[in-house]
Amino acid sequence: MRSSVGPVLVILAVIVAAWYAGAVYMNAQWQTGVFEREGVEPTAREFVTATWSQERPVLPAPHQVAVEIWQTTVEKKITSKRSLVYHAWVTLSSTLLGFLIGTGLGILLAVSIVHVRSLDMSLMPWVIASQTIPILAIAPMIIVVLAAIGITGLLPKAVISTYLSFFPVAVGMVKGLRSPDVINLDLMRTYNASAAQTFWKLRWPSALPYLFTSMKVAIAISLVGAIVGELPTGAVAGLGARLLTGSYYGQTIQIWSALFVAAFLAAVLVTIVGMAHRLVLRRMGMAA
Amino acid sequence: MTRRWQAILALVLAFAGLAAVVVGGHADLASVAFVIIVTMAFDTRRFGHGGAAVGIFSGVHLAAYFLIVSLSADSAGSPAFWLLVAASWVAAWSLVERLAAHTTADLGMRSAIRLIIPILFGVWLLILWELIVRGAGVPSVLLPPPSAIAERIAGSLPILWADFQQTFLKAVLAGYLIGCGSGLIVAIAVDRVPFLKRGLLPIGNMVSALPIIGVAPIMVMWFGFDWPSKAAVVVIMTFFPMLVNTVAGLSASTRISRDLMHTYAAGYWQTLFKLRLPEALPFIFNALKINSTLALIGAIVAEFFGTPIVGMGFRISTEVGRMNVDMVWAEIAVAALAGSAFYGLVALIERTATFWHPSYRT
Repeated sequence: MRSSVGPVLVILAVIVAAWYAGAVYMNAQWQTGVFEREGVEPTAREFVTATWSQERPVLPAPHQVAVEIWQTTVEKKITSKRSLVYHAWVTLSSTLLGFLIGTGLGILLAVSIVHVRSLDMSLMPWVIASQTIPILAIAPMIIVVLAAIGITGLLPKAVISTYLSFFPVAVGMVKGLRSPDVINLDLMRTYNASAAQTFWKLRWPSALPYLFTSMKVAIAISLVGAIVGELPTGAVAGLGARLLTGSYYGQTIQIWSALFVAAFLAAVLVTIVGMAHRLVLRRMGMAA
Repeated sequence: MTRRWQAILALVLAFAGLAAVVVGGHADLASVAFVIIVTMAFDTRRFGHGGAAVGIFSGVHLAAYFLIVSLSADSAGSPAFWLLVAASWVAAWSLVERLAAHTTADLGMRSAIRLIIPILFGVWLLILWELIVRGAGVPSVLLPPPSAIAERIAGSLPILWADFQQTFLKAVLAGYLIGCGSGLIVAIAVDRVPFLKRGLLPIGNMVSALPIIGVAPIMVMWFGFDWPSKAAVVVIMTFFPMLVNTVAGLSASTRISRDLMHTYAAGYWQTLFKLRLPEALPFIFNALKINSTLALIGAIVAEFFGTPIVGMGFRISTEVGRMNVDMVWAEIAVAALAGSAFYGLVALIERTATFWHPSYRT
């Protein structure tokens, strides 16, 4: 297969161009009003540049978002409440905490489901069914209820991320721990291997590819959970809070820049998990 | 048949509960203790496998019924109460263990057990939730008992129906149909142009991992407070999974079947409709199933950013603010029901449409 870098770049360029055109189109109405009140007859060139530099545009132009991100990340101090690095860190810390707890719990549950038959038959259908439920809807309640008993800050958001990342890991790990062929399990039995030996030498290594695949899903959904968890807290800090205050005050540029930082964060997190995936598989001699 | 340790533990707990009943003088709980003790006797005597299972089944649920009735009396929350709650829980657990270990050649029996065990688990989750929350007097702001939630659902059906109509029947369905439909069409177009396929697919794959839900405030700003803005969020969320899955599915047909179509002198469209789209159906249904959950999440979360005064997300966020937690749970129950029914419907259609697929031909 030929490299896809060229086509990707071309398509990205098309998207950016369409974005600029869209910005002109969507901001035109307001801009016409402004020029009419001032009584100015703008040239086409003046009109277009004006639509790309409004303070509260309907659709900000890409460079406006880029400038905003630059100003709020590089030029602001990290400790400042207006620094996006600060907000991203708030979101990232609860994402990571929730992801770690959720992955740990998911693995534990999967191990017990694989080894205890009654758990497998009673719990597993519910774990699968829970995937079809919009559990994110529960987020505001967790925040408010935990705040009512005095737990605030990092933990409630991490609880939501835990909750969301738990299910994909549990489902993926059950599949993974069951992935060894019967012939391999029989081999372990002929070696007179104990349950623990079978687990560490056969089941766990063959489950690792499944674990990493579900961890990629889990970390992405953890981030979503942390962002949604920041919505009902009265918008204190974090990328979700930036989105919410932005939408209250019509600060579209702020919304877009928070959105891009969130997207960047998600891409970085998924890439890191993917790299760990490749690294571990190579060390284990399983790299494709 | 060896005695299970759960059965012994249940007996011990029941006798301890009986002792606590005698000491504490809660006569109404004595019946619970007797029921459990008699029930567990079924487990020890040789009544046969089915007889014991039926006996324990009726016994633990009778005990649970007595316990729930006793909640309104003053004996709730006493040591005897907790011992008997634990005893009936362990007894129910022994029932599940017994059923899970039951091996039979009868296929109907086996699938019945596969169905009964998770239902038992769910029912006991509700029973324990009710007993613990009410027995320990957990404030309903923290966690209302299931009975209060059920009462709330029964008492506010018109509100729940209006919210369901606004969020599900308008925003979710419209967004889902438009998003999945356009994803399918774009995928077919992308598949025709190799350049687009190489350029758009990596982008589509990456976008699926992004927190797309964040576009909700922008959509609310563009399309207003009513349901079209929520439908727009749903469209964006469902588009990419559909695109990526359909493109993967369209290349699922084997070389040999495509060659066969070629020898039939089939045109592009004939090959598409008679070979490649049917071959892609399992992938398309996979996307449809993923999207059924995503769509509901998207619509509910988008409502947190502003709605008219109706909708499931709106109700959740405002009732949480007013500490009406039972109403929030009622909405969540409706959302869970709607989500799993939607998913189940798609899965059912998948079964009938892709009956030829190996995974359904066992």
